[in-house]
Amino acid sequence: MILVKIIKYQLHDVMRSKWIIFYTAFYFIVIYGMLTFTNDISKVLLSLMNVVLIIIPLISTILGTIYFYNNRDYIVFMLSQPINRTTIFLGLYFGLAIPLILSFVVGVVLGIVVYSSSLQNYFGILLLIMLSGIFLTVIFTAISFWTSIKNEDRLKGFGAAIFIWLFLALLFDGILLFLIQALQDYPLETFSLVVSMLNPIDLARVLILLKFDIAALMGYTGAVFQKFFGNTTGMLISFTVLTVWAAAPLFFARKKFLKKDF
Amino acid sequence: MITITNLKKSFDKLEVLKGINISIKKGKITYIVGPNASGKTTMIKSLLGLVRIDEGKILIDDFKLNGDWHYRENIGYMPQIANFPENLKVEEILKMVKDLRSNAPKYDEDLINKFNLKTEFNKRLKNLSGGTRQKVNACIAFLFDPDILILDEPTAGLDPLSSSILKDKILEENEKGKTIIFTSHLLTELERLAQDVIFLLDGRICFHGTITDLISETKQADLERAIASMITNKCA
Amino acid sequence: MFALKILSFYRFALFLFLAISFSIPGFLFPKQITISPSGKIKSIKRAIEIAADNDTLLIMPGLYKEGNIRINKKLVIMGRNYPVIDGENNGEIFTVTSDSVIIKGLKIINSGLSFVEDNAGIKLEEVKNCSIINNILLNNFFAVYVAKSADCFVENNKIEAHGTRETTSGNGIHLWYCRNITIANNKISGHRDGIYFEFVESSKIYDNYSKDNIRYGLHFMFSDSCVYSNNTFENNGAGVAVMYTHNIKMLNNLFLHNWGSASYGILLKEIFDSQISNNRFLKNSSGIYLEGSNRVDVSHNDFIENGWALRLMANSMDNKFTDNNFIGNSFDVTTNSVQNFNFFDHNYWSEYNGYDLNKDRIGDVPYRPVKLFSLLVERNQPLLILHRSLFASVLDLTEKVFPILTPESLIDNHPSMKRIK
Repeated sequence: MILVKIIKYQLHDVMRSKWIIFYTAFYFIVIYGMLTFTNDISKVLLSLMNVVLIIIPLISTILGTIYFYNNRDYIVFMLSQPINRTTIFLGLYFGLAIPLILSFVVGVVLGIVVYSSSLQNYFGILLLIMLSGIFLTVIFTAISFWTSIKNEDRLKGFGAAIFIWLFLALLFDGILLFLIQALQDYPLETFSLVVSMLNPIDLARVLILLKFDIAALMGYTGAVFQKFFGNTTGMLISFTVLTVWAAAPLFFARKKFLKKDF
Repeated sequence: MITITNLKKSFDKLEVLKGINISIKKGKITYIVGPNASGKTTMIKSLLGLVRIDEGKILIDDFKLNGDWHYRENIGYMPQIANFPENLKVEEILKMVKDLRSNAPKYDEDLINKFNLKTEFNKRLKNLSGGTRQKVNACIAFLFDPDILILDEPTAGLDPLSSSILKDKILEENEKGKTIIFTSHLLTELERLAQDVIFLLDGRICFHGTITDLISETKQADLERAIASMITNKCA
Repeated sequence: MFALKILSFYRFALFLFLAISFSIPGFLFPKQITISPSGKIKSIKRAIEIAADNDTLLIMPGLYKEGNIRINKKLVIMGRNYPVIDGENNGEIFTVTSDSVIIKGLKIINSGLSFVEDNAGIKLEEVKNCSIINNILLNNFFAVYVAKSADCFVENNKIEAHGTRETTSGNGIHLWYCRNITIANNKISGHRDGIYFEFVESSKIYDNYSKDNIRYGLHFMFSDSCVYSNNTFENNGAGVAVMYTHNIKMLNNLFLHNWGSASYGILLKEIFDSQISNNRFLKNSSGIYLEGSNRVDVSHNDFIENGWALRLMANSMDNKFTDNNFIGNSFDVTTNSVQNFNFFDHNYWSEYNGYDLNKDRIGDVPYRPVKLFSLLVERNQPLLILHRSLFASVLDLTEKVFPILTPESLIDNHPSMKRIK
């Protein structure tokens, strides 16, 4: 399998680079530091959630963009070899996404293991946070690939990627807030449920928050959410949506990559 | 034989190739020359499938380029600037390339020896000088003993000794019957090698023939002046 | 002759004594009647019939199914090894209509569910000085029901039911029109309301543990001058509700995990001149919800990891919140008004990130516990879907820099830097 070989050499390369070591260290320090400074585990988990929801998309976006533009000459070289373009594309993508995921998982797990704190009671919620982190990495790496392939100009590509991040991390919620305020005389449960699915960051946040028992605060809306996300079908739908969120930009990026002039 | 018929390519609104018709003869050393932005690199990239053509067709030994990638097994390409994963060692890069083309019949490691590249094998790519990178680049182009070699500015960045090693290698391969296409803007250096010259100007073929033809046609003393006169006369 | 006289005097005295003894039955010679499934007297009802005031009925272990048992004499009813009195889910079990009755050591089960009658395991009706001690009350509609009574004790009882719906379940300890009652050391679970007070005065509730009740752990209305201390209210459907009352003291109680969309640590509605001190509010949806309450002094309480620590409705005024700890709550304080007539001072806020340059352990910058986002949520609950989003943080930050919508005077001017002991 050529794809596996490409990924293998990309991993070789990325694993030796400084930034991936920093990235792993970052999670380790965040987790270990938080566990040291506060013995309140739920507070640590909340902070970890914030890191996962904001930092992971941002870092994945930035690194994805830099990676793509920096590897341009190498991509051209690969394309001149007798290798199929899709294989090269996927090789590059997984060559970045896999080390990013590994860094995140290793950093967090190491921080927890070294501290050897009693996180067993929180295993479910921790697992959900990790899973969300992995999904967000995959999603935002794909988005950054898409914007990088679309834009020949490095600055434009960077701008587009950051804008998408900003939109999903911040502006989207602003619009949602406006809509909920404007439509407050109508029943909004299904509406906000559907809208939260349109943004992977929101979806991950709501999934995690519901595990934090927040549903009770939300009254009827919370009950509706709890009912939806609490059962297997709802979970299945949510993770399907997240998968679609990862697959769609990857699909468009590949399409663009196949047609692109290098 | 490489046959190009009515090749057109635009980037956005900029027309780069405006209908190229040419056949590049098998077993010859063809020199593609032209000022900056004349379309040399785009033409080469079209041959390699790096650039998707808008119109026309390209045949390489009766194989019509259509997006399938297998034909590239017979082509060795040396880009102007080659880059490889920065944290891999030279040896690993060569191993990787072989690994990716594991069905190549044999390896030609002649240049690796001549450049004495083995002394650099344990260095990571990011620690290499531009010249050494270019050597690695050349070695890889010749590594799979391809029938067609496409070299984009091959001697740029090489020291005179390495440059002459490369020139000798080009001639040697040509004697074995290989088709070699190269571009260069440093005229005098490689002109001795050229058996055929293609002169590109503004996305059109301006001249195709031997150097002697070119000189006599323009009534100039040497190749450099011949080309200069062609550019000033707008390829009349 | 003399000897005879003496003898007859003694006879007379004995006669007289017996005559007196019988004419005021039991007053001088209380007796004990033993009831046992295998003994001479097998029925509690029969025992009550033959008993006189001040007698003791000792009930031996066994199962007694006698329908409604009315206690209209001043008796001590005592069980040995918890004899079981079974109401067979039909009607009331003990109805006490005499003063000074003591019931202890019984296991009273299955008083009947009714939509008309408040059938209880033990009902005290218009009595004084009664005690209900050390009993186990299982699966009763109402467990202990005290109506129009005074000076009674309900202590050390274990009260348990397994109700699922408010309408088919009665209260654990239910008081109506009472004075000076002590409710202590009871464990109550699975009823509609754990402890229910309506029109009760000057009573004490302490050391009780009210857990897993369907509606409120403690529910009281129109009950002035009562003291609640050292109780634990855990995981009740709607927490604790305290309404329409003056002059209550709630001290040293623990409000734990009363979690649900309409659940409160304490719901205060029209409460005046009261004191809430040294309580702990842990993981409740809302720690304290104040509506129409004035001059309540809330001090030295811990609010830890609640959804909302305080929800202060606009019609609440002149309440004082001092020396409390607010730690890890989703929202510390919300209100539905831009005006504020309440006073906050010297609390510890875990969200506070000011500094203390002069090292007096008081933050140099005042703290505003009301966040813009929480204010929006108070008006429009579905907005909670944006909880902990970056946008919500940005909103709060903006409001912190340019306060417009949050009440200007709702401010702690002397926030403590350290958790208050």
